[in-house]
Amino acid sequence: MEFPKDIKYTKEHEWARTEGNIITVGITDYAQDSLGDVVYLELPAEGTTVTKDETFGVIESVKAVSDLYSPITGTVIEVNDALVDNPEVINDDPYGDAWILKVEMNAPAELAELLTADEYKKYVEEEK
Amino acid sequence: MISENKRLKNTPLHQTHKELNARLVPFAGWEMPVQYTGVIEEHLNVRKACGLFDVSHMGEIEISGPKALEAVQAITTNDASKLKEGQIQYTLLCYPGGGVVDDITLYKFSGARYMLCVNGSNTEKDFNWIREKAGHLADIRDLSNNFGQLAIQGPLSVEILQNTCNLDLSLIRYYHFREGNIAGVDAIISRTGYTGEDGFEIYVPWDKTVKAWQALMEAGSDFGIKPAGLGARDTLRLEMGFPLYGNELDENTTPLEAGLGRFVKFDKPNFIGKGELEKQARQGINRRLVGLEMTEQGIPRSHHNIIANNRIVGNITSGTMSPTLGRGIGMGYVETAFTPIGTELGVEIRGKIKGVRVAKTPFYTKKTVRVAANYNP
Repeated sequence: MEFPKDIKYTKEHEWARTEGNIITVGITDYAQDSLGDVVYLELPAEGTTVTKDETFGVIESVKAVSDLYSPITGTVIEVNDALVDNPEVINDDPYGDAWILKVEMNAPAELAELLTADEYKKYVEEEK
Repeated sequence: MISENKRLKNTPLHQTHKELNARLVPFAGWEMPVQYTGVIEEHLNVRKACGLFDVSHMGEIEISGPKALEAVQAITTNDASKLKEGQIQYTLLCYPGGGVVDDITLYKFSGARYMLCVNGSNTEKDFNWIREKAGHLADIRDLSNNFGQLAIQGPLSVEILQNTCNLDLSLIRYYHFREGNIAGVDAIISRTGYTGEDGFEIYVPWDKTVKAWQALMEAGSDFGIKPAGLGARDTLRLEMGFPLYGNELDENTTPLEAGLGRFVKFDKPNFIGKGELEKQARQGINRRLVGLEMTEQGIPRSHHNIIANNRIVGNITSGTMSPTLGRGIGMGYVETAFTPIGTELGVEIRGKIKGVRVAKTPFYTKKTVRVAANYNP
């Protein structure tokens, strides 16, 4: 199980990578492993506003349906359309090719509320 | 809900599953492997080579004695008098109102001994029901704790099993069984399954189940045998349009509504539910189980509403992304007016209506073009 140090995490198992004012969002290695084979994604359109801790989409594996929660508040500036066509990439490369959204954030202060890799790893181990 | 809190039962292969890093989940009161490496990979391996399933949660109930046939006939909808020794029949147990107690397979060992293979979630209910309704006619015994059960499924199953089995498997036809042994372990070997592929369901003594599993894994190692979990078992049966008790069948559905009328024989002696089922056959059914395939993106799931003319005309009982077809498929009950193959309907997924079409089942046949090109197990 991988927990890269250069990104932040949520208790809903999303990750957030910061580049200036733009946050790239995905789901964690732990999340993809728990879900199993991902087969379907429902994502917001570009321009949509997403809100921290609220659902922005749906992810389905063969067996299960789960909500996706936004780690921050802001406007969707890019959606990974290639991922919608090939959702199984989430199982192969959750922190790389399987990024889900890019969001221009409204409230950078929210970043401080996200978990570090160590905090998230500890959280996941307790949840198991 | 209650069963979640009860202590889960373990199959004899529990430790084996752990060593294989299976994901274990509660199912029907048991802790069962839902997957080992991945549902899609396991599913496709069964379609192209061979998968080995632990189905020890299934129940086995024996009905024996001079009046065993009479007992069986009284509680089942199919005509057991047609069975020969060594033959198996798909049949149903019904309530007097016509609702389904369970769907089962019936094994005839002799005129005085039959065995029922029942759904794991229903074993206790079925046993009590059968004892109550037929206990005066025959000896009813729950053998579920005596038997482990393995299912070896897929086109290479025959070759693999033949390598470790003392019987000539070419003599066992579909829906027939024989008693023999696997690597020296006594076994009832039954040419049946729940996947749509050739294969066998194998009953072995509980404490020899691990040995039989290991023998089969070893015999199949050059043929690409892989363990397969309940996740793949579910997607495989759905591609075939096979009903699952608790989803497509329950006490509120009848075999006629489920499209299982060919397993209900009104010309046999009386059986529980006959009166109501005859009445339903005469008056016609209001809803029927159909296969459904998505015509838009999306996956139908159990309890989703089925929509036509802006109103609810049915609901989904099972659904998944078909690993072989690469699109959403499901089954559901709809009002009979909407059951013809090709009828365009809607399914309500998270508040949005997506297109779905009534489809012929099985969804998958040997001729089906496999479009799961994205998956390379």
